[in-house]
Amino acid sequence: MSGHDEQEHHIVSPKVYLAIFAALLVLTALTVAASFVEMGIFNPIVALAIAVVKATLVVLFFMHVKYSTKLTKLTVGAGLFTFIVLVGMTLSDYITRAWGRW
Amino acid sequence: MSDSPVMTQGVMEAAKHAHPPYQRHHFESVAQQADATNFAMWIFLLTEIMFFGGLFTAYLILRNWYYPAFVAASHQLNIGWGTGNTAVLISSSFTMAMGVWCAETRRKSGLVLSLVLTFLLGLVFLGIKTIEYSEKIEKHHVPGFHYSVQSFVNPASDPDSVAYGDKPLAMDMARKTELYFFLYFAMTGMHALHMIIGIAILGYMIFRARAGAYTNGHVTFVENFGLYWHFVDIIWIFLFPLLYLISRHQ
Repeated sequence: MSGHDEQEHHIVSPKVYLAIFAALLVLTALTVAASFVEMGIFNPIVALAIAVVKATLVVLFFMHVKYSTKLTKLTVGAGLFTFIVLVGMTLSDYITRAWGRW
Repeated sequence: MSDSPVMTQGVMEAAKHAHPPYQRHHFESVAQQADATNFAMWIFLLTEIMFFGGLFTAYLILRNWYYPAFVAASHQLNIGWGTGNTAVLISSSFTMAMGVWCAETRRKSGLVLSLVLTFLLGLVFLGIKTIEYSEKIEKHHVPGFHYSVQSFVNPASDPDSVAYGDKPLAMDMARKTELYFFLYFAMTGMHALHMIIGIAILGYMIFRARAGAYTNGHVTFVENFGLYWHFVDIIWIFLFPLLYLISRHQ
């Protein structure tokens, strides 16, 4: 058999899963606590920032992207980029029109 | 004469292609098959991101347009239920991740237990969602002919609005709360549909895992289902702050 077939399938250990699980629960408590603090415009910003951190932890560790092939990493990156283009271009269209006039 | 090198090559090819029964014949190796399947699963998840992305974008724009209506309407959601459900869903992601580990390390009973726990936590999530939906139905907050703006034009009549000290909204703005609930039901409903599909597949997987599947070295199905389940978790990680949390103070 040829050597390149023997690529070792990376197994993420339960310790890592447990640490991520704990971090996700702590961040959930943090985002709920933050919503009880009056921060004005920063309330949604903090909430979304925490959500992005949580999603990143899930993608990197629970979904194994940190240990995946370059192809998978590129695919995830391309998806994120396309998503930002989708939202960004749509918003730029709306913002430059009669914003908020109903 | 010229046959013999061909023969040798043929034998070598056959040896090179010696493979476990779960390797499809058109793949060079198990690793290549796993990579291709993983790639396909991610492509599917990208289409899902675009699908939910449209809903998130609609929410973002409409919330900014009809800001007072979206703030008042979001005060109808119960943060306790929402937080509880977030914890339930994160736990189910953890048990699913443990299921993938059990499959990889060939622990059959561990895999079955992880899948059963994920299945049950999924049901708990849907149960809590049902309680929340029934509250909306009782208060006529489901968009449609029976939609009522009473909680928003006369907040004193609704304990949830009183708790937040909501001011009465003018009729034209109060009617926009229906848009909030339309998006609430569209987003959480599509999320719940993904959960229902996931729970159905989990049931099938528990059945198969008990018969010894997935712990024979062929973990692709469990792994890719894990990706799907974690993706559904990520959608909720964004839905929870956007729908429940960010308008508490406004």
